[in-house]
Amino acid sequence: MKKILMGNHAVSYGALLSRVEVIAAYPITPQTQVVEELSKMCAQGKLKARYINVESEHSAMAACIAAEQAGARTFTATSSHGLTLMHELLHWAAGARLPIVMANINRSMAPGWSIWTDQNDSLSQRDTGWLQIYCESNQEVFDSIIQAYKIAERVLLPVMVVLDAFVLSHTYEPVDIPEQELVDQFLSKLDYPYKLDVKNPCSFGSLLPPEYYLELRYKMQKAMEEAHDVIIKVDKEYQQMFGRSYGGLVEEYRTEDAELVLVASSTVASTARMVVEQLRDEGVKVGMIKMRFFRPFPTQEVVNALKGKKKVAVIDRNISYGQGGIFCEEIRSVLYNIDQHERPPVFGYIAGLGGRDITPTTIREILSHTLKEDKPKENIIWIGVKH
Amino acid sequence: MIEVRIHGRGGQGAVVASKILAVTIFKEGKYVQSFPNFGVERRGAPVTAYTRIDNKVIFLRCKIYNPDHVVILDPSLIEAINITEGLKEKGWVIINSDKEPSHFNSLLKKYRVATVDAHSIALKHGLGSKANPIVNTAILGAFCKTTGLFRLSSLLEAVREEVPAAQERNVQAVEDAYHQVKY
Repeated sequence: MKKILMGNHAVSYGALLSRVEVIAAYPITPQTQVVEELSKMCAQGKLKARYINVESEHSAMAACIAAEQAGARTFTATSSHGLTLMHELLHWAAGARLPIVMANINRSMAPGWSIWTDQNDSLSQRDTGWLQIYCESNQEVFDSIIQAYKIAERVLLPVMVVLDAFVLSHTYEPVDIPEQELVDQFLSKLDYPYKLDVKNPCSFGSLLPPEYYLELRYKMQKAMEEAHDVIIKVDKEYQQMFGRSYGGLVEEYRTEDAELVLVASSTVASTARMVVEQLRDEGVKVGMIKMRFFRPFPTQEVVNALKGKKKVAVIDRNISYGQGGIFCEEIRSVLYNIDQHERPPVFGYIAGLGGRDITPTTIREILSHTLKEDKPKENIIWIGVKH
Repeated sequence: MIEVRIHGRGGQGAVVASKILAVTIFKEGKYVQSFPNFGVERRGAPVTAYTRIDNKVIFLRCKIYNPDHVVILDPSLIEAINITEGLKEKGWVIINSDKEPSHFNSLLKKYRVATVDAHSIALKHGLGSKANPIVNTAILGAFCKTTGLFRLSSLLEAVREEVPAAQERNVQAVEDAYHQVKY
């Protein structure tokens, strides 16, 4: 059934239909409606889950870790300072190989105090071992929550589903909500293999001497590598069952004969589709790749899509201070080892930090600049900075 | 694509109005997107909400800068903010006011103006208080009649589904405004 839902409620419905069993969350703008709706669903008995009120996001993740370790399908949602307060426990959740799913509403870090979108909160969790999915529509948000559980529970790593503050979180649009029975067929009940069991007592998270630690980390990396194929498989299964697919880790859009390829993520990729169409109508051979997954990084897909192209322009709504746009740096890195003659120059643009609107005009400006220059003159090309 | 901007004050229901508008048009098989001005809202302070309408999937995800029409829930906003900023020429300005459209002379040079006394209609049906009548549903009745973008029956259905309380009184307010709007 199609409903008009705000992005935050698309998250709640995703958790509802995934039949989560434990929710521990702390409200924060712009995530609040996610947990308001979930607590309402629990109170009305629509969702048979234990809803745990906690005093901070750090505690929320601690409760999720314990619940998941006990074998319950667990959910939480947060944003910005809430996510960064969890940071320590994000490492724990992944290190303990717990398939927790969390929604994060991208909101800029203070100061200056901001409630608007950019990706620095989630991207600064890059090395915690969480998979990250960046969504461009409320439908994708809903679908990604369900996909996330299937992926997480297969590779035993946690997944973060990420959506833009306001541009998705507070935007209402049609979302197709499938029947519960179909979702149940797609996503079976969690059977966590390492759960707390009084009949088989184990110790969790104990002291690990140097003789063993390295191997656990090796296995985490192997699980991330395995996730690559799992993501593609789950996306295909999802398409068979529900008729919607997101291309797995990345989506190529009109790249086949493109000379210039734009790389975008989140809602910027959505607006960019329009601009690509307009420029195509004007005879410019431009395409786009939408980076849906950031972790695991879709190395092979990016190489295949970009090798041999004339130019690449990356839009980053984030920054790693002292280096540049985070997507851009990772893209340059995976292109480094390909044949020099096939390696396109990569232009790195930073735009839209702190929720500064990214309009079709912004994207056009980026593409025009890339078309005009032979090579990037600077590591970062800033868009819209007022001097 | 048609883009609509709704101006109100915090507490008047501008955001809910933009959602009801989206639900109404979705019922007629079109694509919709509605969202509040991205920001913090305070009771009484100016609030803006937006709705996009199209026959195909809407990929555009940024604010609305050049609306086709604007809806004004509180006439005092006309003095306080630039309600026609970016408004396309010949666009409708639909104002909650007991005045005739001709009263808004300066607007009539570039735009079309419609007025409806949503304030009195809301009070007649007991929506909100005298100091703070809830006019968001009534003004949509006026919007429906003036622009002809959707059927009254779809709007009434959406109001019944989306308004959290006093659904029938809201429906009556919509119908009154639909019949009483001047343009």
